[in-house]
Amino acid sequence: MSAYKNSVCFNEARRVAIFGGTHGNEMSGVTLVNLWVKNSAEIQRKGVETKPFIANPKAVEKCTRYVDTDLNRAFSPENLSAPGGDDLPYEVQRAQEINRIFGPKGSPEAYDVIFDLHNTTSNMGCTLILESSKDHFNLQMMNYIKKAITPASCLVLLNEHPLLKYSTSRSVAKHPVGLEVGPQPQGVLRSNIFEAMRVILKHALDFIELFNEGMEFPPCTVEVFWVSERIDYPRDANGNIIAMVHPNLQDCDWEPLNPGDPMFQTFDGKTIHYQGSGTVYPTFINEAAYYEKQQAFVTTRRETLVASAIRKA
Amino acid sequence: MYSMTLHKVVCLPRLSRVAVCGGTHGNELSGVYLVRELLKEEKKAMEEEEEEEKPVSVVLVLSNPWAIQQCRRYVKTDLNRCFTHASLNGPLSDSAPYELIRSKELNTLLGPKGSPEAVDLVCDLHNTTANMGLCLIAYSDCDWICLHTFKHLQASTSKESYSLDSVGKHGFAMEIGPQPHGVVRSNIYTAMKFGVQHMLDWVRFFNSGFVDVFTMVKHIDYPRDSETHNIIAAIHPQLQDRDFCLLHPEDPLFQTFSGETLRYKGKEPLYPFFINECAYYEKGIALSLARKRRVMIPAIRVQTEQEQQASEQGFGSEEEE
Repeated sequence: MSAYKNSVCFNEARRVAIFGGTHGNEMSGVTLVNLWVKNSAEIQRKGVETKPFIANPKAVEKCTRYVDTDLNRAFSPENLSAPGGDDLPYEVQRAQEINRIFGPKGSPEAYDVIFDLHNTTSNMGCTLILESSKDHFNLQMMNYIKKAITPASCLVLLNEHPLLKYSTSRSVAKHPVGLEVGPQPQGVLRSNIFEAMRVILKHALDFIELFNEGMEFPPCTVEVFWVSERIDYPRDANGNIIAMVHPNLQDCDWEPLNPGDPMFQTFDGKTIHYQGSGTVYPTFINEAAYYEKQQAFVTTRRETLVASAIRKA
Repeated sequence: MYSMTLHKVVCLPRLSRVAVCGGTHGNELSGVYLVRELLKEEKKAMEEEEEEEKPVSVVLVLSNPWAIQQCRRYVKTDLNRCFTHASLNGPLSDSAPYELIRSKELNTLLGPKGSPEAVDLVCDLHNTTANMGLCLIAYSDCDWICLHTFKHLQASTSKESYSLDSVGKHGFAMEIGPQPHGVVRSNIYTAMKFGVQHMLDWVRFFNSGFVDVFTMVKHIDYPRDSETHNIIAAIHPQLQDRDFCLLHPEDPLFQTFSGETLRYKGKEPLYPFFINECAYYEKGIALSLARKRRVMIPAIRVQTEQEQQASEQGFGSEEEE
C-alpha cells in the first residue's frame, strides 16, 4: 500500500544497459565500459542485469565521433525500419542492431533503463539529460543522484522540444538517461572527469536497487534546464564562421545570459551582443562536435518539475 | 655596436620573407581562423592599394586544406612529419598519401628546404590539449634568430627535423594550449594573434641576452595492458595541467583505473610538458620530459650590404668585424 496518493507504479527495473562510445572519441564512457566488460563487479546490483556495451565500436577503434553518420541522431523511426542492409550507412545498420538487442523501441520487450555516457568540450560539469518531463521514474532517479552527491553539483538538462529533440541511442529504452560530463577534449582521458562519471553511475545503480527492493520515493521537485533555442555562430555569405564565443561567455555554462550581454567576438575584435527578449541559461557552449551542426550554444529556461511518488508494482 | 660582454655581435642576413602557416593539423583551429583572418586583411589592404615598400613580406598559408575541411588532424598521414629531405626528395608514386604530395607543394612554395630560395622564417601555428600556455618549439638550440624570438625550445640537434618549420632557413612552431581540437576559444585565438604580431614586429629589431631553454630528454608512455596494449591508467590528477612544473622522483605520474598511484621513478627531477596531448595517444606519449638550462645568446643585427657581399665573395668570416 502506498503512503502517498497519486503514487505512480512502475515495474521493477530488471534490465539495465550502460552505453559507452556512442561517440567514439568521448573517452570516459569508452574506458569505463571496457573496464566493466572485463570486470563487472562494480556495476552488479541485486536483482538487476546490468550490461556494459560499446555502442559504436568502429568509431571507438578510430577514435572519431562517428564513421558515416552520428549514431546519436540515428534512431529515428525511418532509420530503424529502413531496408537496404549492408548498403546503409554503418551507424544506421548499427542502430538497427542496437534496437534488436535492447529494444524494440516502444515495445514491452525494450530494456528498462539505458545510461548513455558522453563527454563534452563545454564546461558543463556533471549533467544528466532527460528526454521527457513526464518520466517520473527518471525524475526521481535524478533527484536521488543530486542529493547523493551534494555538495558536488549535477544539473538536469531537459531535451524535450518538438523541433530540437533528436533520436538518441538511449531512446530505445523505456527510461533513457544521458550522462554528459565536461570539459574534456575529444580523444583525451582526464582522471577527474572519469571519476566523476563513475560516481554518478554508482548512485544511479544504487537507486535502481533500492527501488527494486520496494522502497517508495516520496513526491519531490526537480529543477531542470529546459532546452529552448539553438544559437549558431555568425557566418558570412559562404557559410564560414566569422566570430567566436565571446571570452565573457566562454565556460559560463548554466550562468544567466541577459539581453545586451556579450555573446560573440569577431576575428577582428568586435563584440556581438545577445538580442533575446529575456534572460536565458546557455549550455553546450563551444562544443567541438556542434560546429558542423550549426550550434555555438543552446539556450535553456529554468523550470521546476514536480515528480510524483513512485514505487514498484 | 659591440655588446659590453665578451660576446661579439653576430651579423646575419635580413629576414625579408616570413611565412605564417595555419592548419598544418586540420583540427587545431586557432591557426586556421587566424590565417584566414590575416588573408582577409591582406586582401583588403591590396584592394585599398596600400602598397608601400614593406621591410618584411609575409606569406600566409593554410597548410593542410583537406584536413581543415574535415576538421581532422590529418587525412592519411601526419603532414608535420613529412618534411625530412628524404621525404621531400623521394619519388612520388600514384598511390602516395595526400600529405606527402602536399608536403612537396609546400616545399616548392616556401623552400626548397636547404636552398637559398627558401623563405627566411617559418612560423607554424598549432594548438595542444595540454596546458602549455604559449610555447615556441624549435629544432635547433643554436639558431640565434629563433632563440631571440622565444623562451622554450625542443632540441633535436642530432636528428634532422621532420616538420614544416624546418623548410625555411629559420623556423619554429608556435604552440598554444589548452584548447580541445576542433574548438576555437577566443582567449587562445587572441593570444596567438598577439604572438604572431609580436613575432612579426620583432623581426625588424634584433635583441640580445640569455634565454632559459627546455631541452627534450625523453617521452613517457601510458602504462598498458600487456595483452591488449590498451592504456590502464590516466595522467594523475596532481600532474594534469602542470606543464613546465618540476617533476621530482616519486611524484605521482599516473592513476590506474582501480585507483592506484604510479610514481615517477627517474633519478633526475625534470620538467614535464605536452601532458595529455590528445594526438599523442597514438604516438605512445603520455607526457614528455625536459631539462632546463640557460643559454647565452649573442647580440645580433642585420648585415649591411657590404657585409653581405663580402660574405658571398668568401672574404673574412662572421666573426670578424
